[in-house]
This record gives sequence, C-alpha cells and structure tokens, in this order.
Amino acid sequence: MKTIRLNLAFFVTLFFLFIVKDAWATDAVADAAEKLQSNMNIVWTAVAAFLVFFMQAGFAMVEGGFTRAKNTVNIMMKNLMDFSFGSLAFFFIGFGLMFGKSNGLFGTEHFMLSGYDAMSSDWIWTFLIFQTVFAATSATIVSGAMAERTKFSAYLVYSIVISAFIYPIFGSWAWGGLLDGGGWLEKLGFVDFAGSTVVHSIGGWLALAGAVTLGPRIGKYGPDGSPRAIPGHNIALAALGVFILWFGWFGFNPGSTTFADGSIGRIAVTTNLAAAAGAVTALITSWTILKKPDASMTLNGVLAGLVAITAGCASVTPVASVLIGAVAGILVVLSVLFLDRTLKVDDPVGAVSVHAVCGAFGTLSVGLFNTENGLFYGGGFRLLGVQALGVLTAFIWAFGLGIALFRLLKKTIGLRTSAEEELQGLDIGEHGMEAYSGFQIFITQ
Amino acid sequence: MKLIIAYIQPEKLNAVKQALYEREIYKISVTNALGCGQQRGYHETYRGVEIEVNLLKKVRIEIAVNEAFVQPTIEGIIAGARTGNIGDGKIFILDLVECIRIRTGETGSEAIG
Repeated sequence: MKTIRLNLAFFVTLFFLFIVKDAWATDAVADAAEKLQSNMNIVWTAVAAFLVFFMQAGFAMVEGGFTRAKNTVNIMMKNLMDFSFGSLAFFFIGFGLMFGKSNGLFGTEHFMLSGYDAMSSDWIWTFLIFQTVFAATSATIVSGAMAERTKFSAYLVYSIVISAFIYPIFGSWAWGGLLDGGGWLEKLGFVDFAGSTVVHSIGGWLALAGAVTLGPRIGKYGPDGSPRAIPGHNIALAALGVFILWFGWFGFNPGSTTFADGSIGRIAVTTNLAAAAGAVTALITSWTILKKPDASMTLNGVLAGLVAITAGCASVTPVASVLIGAVAGILVVLSVLFLDRTLKVDDPVGAVSVHAVCGAFGTLSVGLFNTENGLFYGGGFRLLGVQALGVLTAFIWAFGLGIALFRLLKKTIGLRTSAEEELQGLDIGEHGMEAYSGFQIFITQ
Repeated sequence: MKLIIAYIQPEKLNAVKQALYEREIYKISVTNALGCGQQRGYHETYRGVEIEVNLLKKVRIEIAVNEAFVQPTIEGIIAGARTGNIGDGKIFILDLVECIRIRTGETGSEAIG
C-alpha cells in the first residue's frame, strides 16, 4: 500500500516537473547554484580568515625564538595584546575608515557595522573577520623590530593607533572598493592583491620607525660601532613560527580571492613556489656571504618570498612567482646585513627587511610580471609607475606617522624601559614573572 | 697559588673577560649563580600571588692563578664589573693547596700556567 502511494507521488511529481520545467526548474537550478556558490565563498573566506588568525601564533613563535629567554613573556604578551586591542580598534573605528563610503581620504560609515542587521547571516560578517585578521597581521609585525627594549604600555598605545587609524586609512586608498569605499590608489590601477604593501610594508615601515626611535639594545654595538651578535634563544621555536606563517599564508593569499573556485589552488601554487624559492636563495646568499648556511637568515628567506608574492600572487605566472621569491630571498639577507652593519638599526628579528623591503619589492614586481599589463608583458611602464607610487606613498605615510607617533610616546609615557630592566629582562621588569621558571638562563648579554 | 672566586652582574661578564684578557689572564671558569646581597632580590608575582624571596641572577667566576697574577686578576675583575651601584658583586680569594693537570700529570704552578 505504502509503496504504491510513494510510486504514485513520484510519478505525479515527475509529471509536474516535466510540464513546468521550462517555467521554473531552470531558475530553481540557477538559484541553487548561486546560493551554493555564495555559501562556498563564505566558507572558504572564513576558513582562510582562521588560517590568517593562526599567523599570530607564527609571529609570536618567530619573535620569541629570535630573542633572548629573558624577554619571552613580554613578546608573548605583545603578540596577544596587539591582536586583542587591534580587533577591538578595527571593529569600532578601523573598518569604517577603510571600507565606508570615502570622502576622498577615508571612509566615513560602517563604524561598528552600524547599518547592518546585527543578527543576520550576511556576507559582511565574513568580510569583517577576514579584514580584522589582516589588520592584526600588519600591527603585529612591529613587535619583533622593537623587541627586548620597549615599554609594554607604549606598545599597547601604538597597537591601538595602527589598527584604528594608520592601517585602515592607507588601506582605504588601495582596498576601499572591496566594499563601499574607493580610494585614489586603486582608481589609478594599483595592484596589491593580498597586501605586500597594504599589510606588510605598512607594518614594516612602522617597525623601522620604531626601531630607529628606540635605538639599539644595550650591547648590540661595540664602542667602535661594530655590530655584535645577540643570538636568539630558541631556533626550534623560530622554525615552528615560520612553518605556521607559511601555513597561514595559504589563507592569506588564496583567501584573498574571497571566491571559491580553482584560482584558490593556483594562488596557493604561486605562494608556495615563492616561499620555497626565497628559502633557497636566502640559503645560498647566507652560505656565500657568511660561510655557513645560516638558519635564521634562511627562515627569514621563506618569509621574504611569501611577503613578496603577496601582491602579485593572483596575477603572475608560477614561473614569475619563482623569480619574485628568489630575488626576495637574496634581498632579505642583504637588507638584514645593511641595516645591521651600515645603518646600525637594531631589528632583532629582521622585520623591516622581510616586511618593508620585500613588501616594496613584491609590489614593484607586479609592475614587471603582471600578465595583463606588466612591463615584461608589453604593458609599458604605466603599471610599474603606479606600483612605485603606491610603494612610495606607503613609506611616507607609515614611516612618517610612525616617527611622529613613537616620538610622541617617547616624550609622554616613555618608549623604552630602564637600562636596569633591559639587562635583567623585560619579563621580570614589565610582567613580574619569567617564561622559563625553574630553568637556568644566562643573562650575560 | 690562589683561587679567586668572584660574583658579578651577568651583563658585566664580557667586560670582565676583556679586562682580564688585556692583563694576559686567559683561563677562566664561569657558572650561573643565584644570590642576593645588599640588593635583596627582586619582586615577582605569578597569577596574582607574590613570590617572596627572589634570588638575583649572578655570574660566578673562578680563576686559579700564581701569586704574580693575583693583583692583575683583581684589578681586571674590578675594571670590568664596577659601576658604583649596589650589586656590583664581591671577590673572594682562597689559598689553593694543589693543582693537577689531568692530561700530563703536572702539578702546582706549572699546571696552573
């Protein structure tokens, strides 16, 4: 009885489908496909955002490993709190400045996402979390360059200012059009797919401003100005951090499609090739110059390749991505040595070389290798010029504001800890505890 | 023969080593040490609970020397470690009964030099 009834229902349904399929079935299929695509976009972008979030752990491990054991609590707290303060500052202020309807200089709406139904399942929430983790990536770059000598309270103030103002306003010029904004750089045709300039150079130039304003750590330079090594305390942690960052970058670059299709895989390929090439050339460069295959430089080389390919990962060929990564790997070693030996800027983890220098190079390389209108593809110098303008603007904006901000902090709450505290370690001075309680730690330098 | 033991601030180790090198004193043993004198330790808390006695990190230097090198060693340590602040450290000098180089079996002044 039951079977007959079911069969009957089946045939009736089939009959109706057959009759009316031209009327609505195609529409229904198209609707379903569109809904599926849009939900897949949301899933992919959200997963990518979570991967980028995990990069915070990578930064914490790299910076912790490359510095001394007596400052590890401080590094962990800086990485924890720049993400926490940064998330709040970006939600309340930054997001609106970056993606609201622009007045020409910055966005003026969407603060706290007002105007959106707070309980909806709109795309906007995925977009917000994705953009939040990007803002936090930019903010956390500075921590490493200012490591081992910065007052914790001053660092907290800095992390709010970058996430609320410095990063979002520049971001609105290049990326505002992703939502309701529309900045002058993107209108010129500036290409920075996932943020070599917008995220990494901005953070990197601020890191330079911070390191310059602070001055070197005690004992970094001898009386005659010659640089001294201050070895990091845990290369295993630093390597773990680099692997985590590499992993996170598969969200950073492929996630910036915010669209679920085959380009995710293609961008993952360009990203991976550049990282690998950066590691190889940094290895060769350090082996040639320093006579040993230096682990810390090779780890920096991976990050250099990743930062450099971030701008062009969607618009260059895989072979071009190898070239871009390879040049970045050489560049990062030379830049670290130049900063250390010639400029005498003390950047304990190489943040300026990795993020500012390779970010600038990666952005310029799009002007050469962009398959649509790059110089090497017959597009002439126009794109290269626009890219250079973006790079230069980022430098002036971030380094200029950085110097002003850090000088202001120096004059008000103080930027640097006392010499006594620096020698004893910031863990005890700033936080009243040690990272490795029960272990013997040499603090002879 | 004397055994010279000194407790100094850790960050002064490099300066002390250099001052000793300048005085042709190259043999030195260094260990991590914890202790406190007039500085009386430092303040630490863990999850809101105070840790009462905190010994400061110091470095302990041991140098065995012949009589002629006692004065230069003392001068070298002071030259490298002195800042004028409380916590600069102390030097102890002990008579050394015997010294034997394991590799050759030499004893006394020869083994030290």
